[in-house]
Amino acid sequence: MSGHESSYTPTNAFTKWLDTRLPLVRFAQDTAINFPTPKNLNYWYTFGGILAVCLVIQIVTGVILAMHYEASIDGAFASVERIMRDVPFGWLLRYIHANGASMFFLAVYIHMFRGLYYGSYKAPREILWILGCVIYLLMMGTAFLGYMLPWGQMSYHGSNVITGLFGAIPLVGESIQTWLMGGPSIGNQTLQRFFALHYLLPFMIAGAVVLHVWALHVPGNNNPTGVEVQDVKKDTVPFHPYYTVKDAFAIVIFLIMFAVFVFYAPNVLGHADNYVEANPLVTPSHIVPEWYLLPFYAILRAITFDLGPIPAKLLGVIFMFAAIAVLFILPWLDTSKVKSMRYRPVAKQFFFGFVAVCLLLGWCGAANPDDAVIPALQGESKLVVSYNDGNGGEATSEYKGGSEAYVDARRFMDGLPEDANASISAVPAPTFAFRHLSLILTFCYFGFFVLLFFLGLTEKPKELPESIHKSVLKRHKDAEAAATPAE
Amino acid sequence: MTDTPAHDHGELIDEDRRNFIHIATGAAAFGGAAMFAWVAVDQWNPAADTKAASALDVDISKIPLGGEIRVLIGGKPFFVRHRTPAEISAAEAVNVSTLRDPQTDDERLHAKPDGTLNRAILVTSGSCTHLGCVPVGPAQGNTGDFGGWYCPCHGSHYDTSGRIRKGPAPRNLPVPDYKYVSDTVINISL
Repeated sequence: MSGHESSYTPTNAFTKWLDTRLPLVRFAQDTAINFPTPKNLNYWYTFGGILAVCLVIQIVTGVILAMHYEASIDGAFASVERIMRDVPFGWLLRYIHANGASMFFLAVYIHMFRGLYYGSYKAPREILWILGCVIYLLMMGTAFLGYMLPWGQMSYHGSNVITGLFGAIPLVGESIQTWLMGGPSIGNQTLQRFFALHYLLPFMIAGAVVLHVWALHVPGNNNPTGVEVQDVKKDTVPFHPYYTVKDAFAIVIFLIMFAVFVFYAPNVLGHADNYVEANPLVTPSHIVPEWYLLPFYAILRAITFDLGPIPAKLLGVIFMFAAIAVLFILPWLDTSKVKSMRYRPVAKQFFFGFVAVCLLLGWCGAANPDDAVIPALQGESKLVVSYNDGNGGEATSEYKGGSEAYVDARRFMDGLPEDANASISAVPAPTFAFRHLSLILTFCYFGFFVLLFFLGLTEKPKELPESIHKSVLKRHKDAEAAATPAE
Repeated sequence: MTDTPAHDHGELIDEDRRNFIHIATGAAAFGGAAMFAWVAVDQWNPAADTKAASALDVDISKIPLGGEIRVLIGGKPFFVRHRTPAEISAAEAVNVSTLRDPQTDDERLHAKPDGTLNRAILVTSGSCTHLGCVPVGPAQGNTGDFGGWYCPCHGSHYDTSGRIRKGPAPRNLPVPDYKYVSDTVINISL
């Protein structure tokens, strides 16, 4: 907390001299060494530190990759392959950078769900939360821009889909789309500006992180009880060594998992299509974003109906952006005075439901919207022959069953007159498809935030501990009682 | 002049001078920022050379009967198809009122300078009107249920006039601006 007294005393002549000119050591002492931190933080609270490491890894590897990368549509793909094959350790740097993006998002999602669970967005930490949302938004932008740079098939056509979203905006959409692409389609000029911005945004993220940490240090950390620090002596411990060590340990575990991906499964989170150079004349049959954007992609595609004057495509875009925008106003949507879900028995269950909804949305985003969620429950597809009935209308004839159905359908087609223009197609049986599931989950996603509003007004929370200190003591007593059986 | 004495030093403060400095500096800063914002935004619009590259002459005499060529103009795909007589009659035989996006085959062709139509050559955009995938055609071995194009992304079928017949796409493949430069060369522009 910035309210705490500075406990730094310069010891020698040099530090005394420095302290009156640039109190750098004092600043470090007060914010990172002696900073009073609640003593009950668990491992979910280590992801802030993990994220800082992720950002540094991405910037360091990214700056190096930029020294070997060529931002032109003729050279980009080849320069990435050159990095992979010819540049010393280029393969390692690129695999760290590519998987680092996934690790960054993995950590940020855990960090966000932690904030959601322990109510870390509530007063007096609203600005802290909003700055976090800004960082998340910048991260998504950076990831999207970076994904275009290898100039593979998924890079090109994925960017096409995303820039196409802006085309859905009424009246000005098409101009905005042309402006973003810098021409009638994605071309060299688009790649160059995306590269420039991909280089810029991480430094904007770093700037937002400084503000985020500042906003954290004004009220101080939240903690798993959600009860604010009352007695700095009893409730807190200095950040160093207690949390520097705890964070460092968590970072090491995280980096081991990171290394497993980099060395043993470097491409498992990517798409094979992106190892094919971009070709505007051939579209991959299944365009999907990277895994960390899938839930939003699922929401985008879930809306397939028009709402009054709003066409389905625009409505999908609105819902997708609303899914992110709703996070910004979360501090005012949740009406409960109790921060931690530990003491909110009803909200807690809905929280875990919400986590499940987000994961399932990701699953839907990866799937083909028309595929059956449970293929075993889908009936057999049927063969439909469509033809002109001779009166200008179209008629159809359906056939079910195995290969006999095809023989029957063929015989029927052969029997039709020449000008019937008959065609045959297999129509899958109606089933509960991913687009239905996506729509249900989309409403659950937004429903959770609406629910938080009403739940806070009606829910009866459990009794809160008097202080952080008391809650820790009680835990120790409970643990002792469990460890020593009654005599 | 509204000279007023300062708080305690007894100095005179010229409020008009202060106002002038505030307003002049503020106006210059705001105006400068606005003028630069215009530049910063507009530089992202299509450059002159990009705009200039948005038309192309295509030699149609080289397209085999029943085949097509695909050209990129400003990065956008276009199909130029040499239709067989059977394909032309199939396109003309359709009852237009049954179509999702009603257009006759003739409406989808541009006349030669002498006013006649070259029904053998069909020029369309190569972007599916659903989500912008590039449909497959005769060269890829799949022309869909209606003999034109098939979009593998979400299953839209186009007929031999490039009209949407089945699947999720809302509109026909758009016909770009093109004109006959000679009998064998067309100029397609965006």
